[in-house]
Amino acid sequence: MKTPESISRNKSLALNFIVLLALLILVFPSAMDIFRLNMMGKYLSYAFVAMGLVLCWGYGGILSLGQGIFFGLGGYCMAMFLKLEASTPEYTASQTTPGIPDFMDWNQLTALPWFWNAFKSFPLTLLLIILVPTVFAYFFGLCMFKRRVGGVYFSIITQAIACIMTILIVGQQGYTGGINGITDLKTCMGFDIRTNEAKLFLYYLCVFLLVLAVLLCVWVSRSKAGRLLLAIRDDEERVRFSGYDVANFKIFVLCFSALLSAIGGAMFTLQTGFMSPSFVGIVASIEMVVFCAVGGRTSIFGAIYGTLLVSIAKTAISENFPELWSLLIGAIFIGCVLVFPKGLAGVYNDHVLPWLMSLDERLKTACRGAREQHDAQVEALKDVPSDKVLLGVPAEYLSDERDALGLMSDDGRSLS
Amino acid sequence: MLSGYTFSELLSIFTMQGFAGLSLFSVFLLMALGLAVIFGQMGVINMAHGEFMILGAYTTYVTSNLFQAYAPGLFSFYFFVAVIVSFFVAGALGAFIEWAVIRHLYSRPLDTLLATWGLSLILQQVYRSIFGAKEVTVILPDWMMGALQVTDSIEIPINGLIVLILTLMVTIFMWVVMFRSRLGISLRAVVLNRPMAGAVGINTAFVDRVTFSFGCGIAGIAGCAFTMIGSTGPTAGQLYIVDTFLVVVFGGAGTLIGTVCSAFGIAQAQSVMEFFMSGSMAKVITLLIVVGILMIRPQGLFAVKVRK
Repeated sequence: MKTPESISRNKSLALNFIVLLALLILVFPSAMDIFRLNMMGKYLSYAFVAMGLVLCWGYGGILSLGQGIFFGLGGYCMAMFLKLEASTPEYTASQTTPGIPDFMDWNQLTALPWFWNAFKSFPLTLLLIILVPTVFAYFFGLCMFKRRVGGVYFSIITQAIACIMTILIVGQQGYTGGINGITDLKTCMGFDIRTNEAKLFLYYLCVFLLVLAVLLCVWVSRSKAGRLLLAIRDDEERVRFSGYDVANFKIFVLCFSALLSAIGGAMFTLQTGFMSPSFVGIVASIEMVVFCAVGGRTSIFGAIYGTLLVSIAKTAISENFPELWSLLIGAIFIGCVLVFPKGLAGVYNDHVLPWLMSLDERLKTACRGAREQHDAQVEALKDVPSDKVLLGVPAEYLSDERDALGLMSDDGRSLS
Repeated sequence: MLSGYTFSELLSIFTMQGFAGLSLFSVFLLMALGLAVIFGQMGVINMAHGEFMILGAYTTYVTSNLFQAYAPGLFSFYFFVAVIVSFFVAGALGAFIEWAVIRHLYSRPLDTLLATWGLSLILQQVYRSIFGAKEVTVILPDWMMGALQVTDSIEIPINGLIVLILTLMVTIFMWVVMFRSRLGISLRAVVLNRPMAGAVGINTAFVDRVTFSFGCGIAGIAGCAFTMIGSTGPTAGQLYIVDTFLVVVFGGAGTLIGTVCSAFGIAQAQSVMEFFMSGSMAKVITLLIVVGILMIRPQGLFAVKVRK
C-alpha cells in the first residue's frame, strides 16, 4: 500500500541514492588524481564494514567489536591468492624452496601449508572469501546467541576473539606473514594491479559492489527481518514472547555483516596490494565502529559518509599534525556519543532535511501564489474591452506579472 | 611436551613459572578489581582503565624522581608514598571523567565503551607528549632488589613478593569497602535499584562519582605495582585491557571471589604454558579456553544470584 509517508520515504531514498552515485561516479573521479582516487577506494572498502555494522548494531543492537576479524579474513583470503600468484618459481628462484611465498622461505618452511592449496584457484578463492567469514560468524553466533549471551558481554568476547586472531597471525609468522602481513602482491589473474588503469578499474568495481551492498542493506532493513531486528533491539524478551526465535535473527544479521566486511576486506587487499594484522585487531575494529557511529548508527548512507569523512580527516590531519590526530579522534568519539548520538544522519534528518522540506514547501506556495495571481489577471483581462486588448497587453498586468516573479524568487510566503 | 624433564625439574619449573604467574596475577587482579567495581557493579565499560593504570605508573615514576632529587635519604620508602599518591591522582581524574562524560551515559552502556575508548586515545597521546614515546623505568630501592633463594633451583624475586603482598592488601581493603562500609552498601543498593535507593535517601549521583573514582584509584595502585615488575610506556595499558575484561567477565561480574579466582587461573595458565611453547601461543590458548568456557557458562564462574 502506498501511503504518503512511504512515498516520501522512497523519494528521500532515491534522492540519497542519486547523490551518492553522483558523488562516487562523477565527482570523485573527475576531481582527484589516481592516487587520491585509490585512497577513496580504500576508504570505500571500510564502508562495507560500516554498513554491516549499521544493520548489526544500529538495527539489531549487537555491538560487535570484532568486525576486523571478518574484514581480515576476507582480506587475507584474497591476499593469499595474490601472493601465490606473485610467488612464481621464476620470481622466487633465489629461495631455498622456489615457488612458495617469500616469508615462508624466511621461516624455514619447505612446503606450502595445506590450507594454502585452496588459494591456487581464483573461483575457489572467491568462494572462500564469502564462505570463511560467514561460516565463522555463523558458528560464533550460534554459540553466543543460542546461549543468550548479549549486550556488553558479546562485545567483550568479540573483542577477545579479535585479540586472539591478531596474536595468532603475528605469532604464526611462517604461515601468515606475521606482523608485516602479506605484502608485495603484483597481479590478479595476470592483470597487474599496480598500474593506474587497474586502480581505476578497481575503484569502479569497488563502487559497483558498494552500490549493490547498499541496495541489499536497504532491502534487508525494510524487510520483515529488518523490522524484527529493530524490535529485538528495543525489547528482546517481547519478541521472543511473540514466538520468534530471536537467536536466528541475530545470527543472520551477524553473518550478513560478516559477509559485507569480508567483501570490503577483499577489495581493500586488491586496492592497496597488501594485508596486515593491524586491520584485524582491536584498534581497527573499534575504528570501524566509529565510522558507523559518526555516520549515524541506523543510517546506511550515513555509514558511507561517516567512513569517508573520518578517513579523509584522519589522512589529512595525521599527514600534517600526527600528534593532533589521536587527540582529535578521541574528542570525536566522546563528542559523537555525548552530543550527536545519531551521527551525521541525525544532523541531516533533524536540521538539513526539515530545512530542505520547508524550502520545497515555500517554493511550491510561491509558484502556486504566482499562478493564482496570473489566472486572476487573465480572468480580469476577459472583462477588458476587446479594442484595448488589441492595442496590447495592459500596462498594469505587465507590472503585476513582474512583481509576482520577483516575489516568487525572494520569499514566497508573502504572496500566499 | 612433559616427557623430556625429570620430576624434580618439573616441580621447579612449575614453582618458578607459578611464581612468575603470581606477578602477572597481581597486575591482572589489581586492574580487574577496579574494573569489577566500574564494570561489574556500575555497568560502565571503561576502555580507558588501562590508561588509568598507566597514570598510576607515571605518578610513581614522578614520585620516585622527586624523592631522588629532594629527599634522597627517604628514597627507600618512596614506594609507600607512591601507592597513596597514585591512588589519589588516578581517583581524581576518575572523578573528573565521571562528571564530564560518564554520568550522561549510564542509560547507554555500549556508548560508554565508545566514549571511554576516545578518552583512552586522548590520554595515550597526552602521556606521549609529556613523557615521550619511550618506555620509562623506575629505580627500585635496594631492599626491593634481589631474590630469596628457597632451594637450589627455586628462587623468588623480592619485588614480585612485595607486589603480591600489596595486591592482597588491596583486595582486603576492597572487600571491606564493598561489603563492610557505608559506601559499599549504598553502592550495592544503587546498582540493584536506583530509584528505590534514591527514595530512601541515598545520593545516587554522589555514590556513582565516588565509586567510579574509587575504581580508577585502584587502577592507579595497579599502575604503581606495575612499575615494580616492568617498564611503562604510553600504550602499555592497552595491552592489558582485553585480559582484564575477560578476567572480570570470566569470574562473574559483581563477585570479588570470582575476580580473584579467574585472575589467578588465567595468569597461572598463561605463565605455566609459556614455558613449554611460545608466549603468543600460550596467550592464544588461554584466551580460547576462557572464551570457550564463557560460551558454555556466560554468567562466569561465580554468578551472583540476582532477581531481575
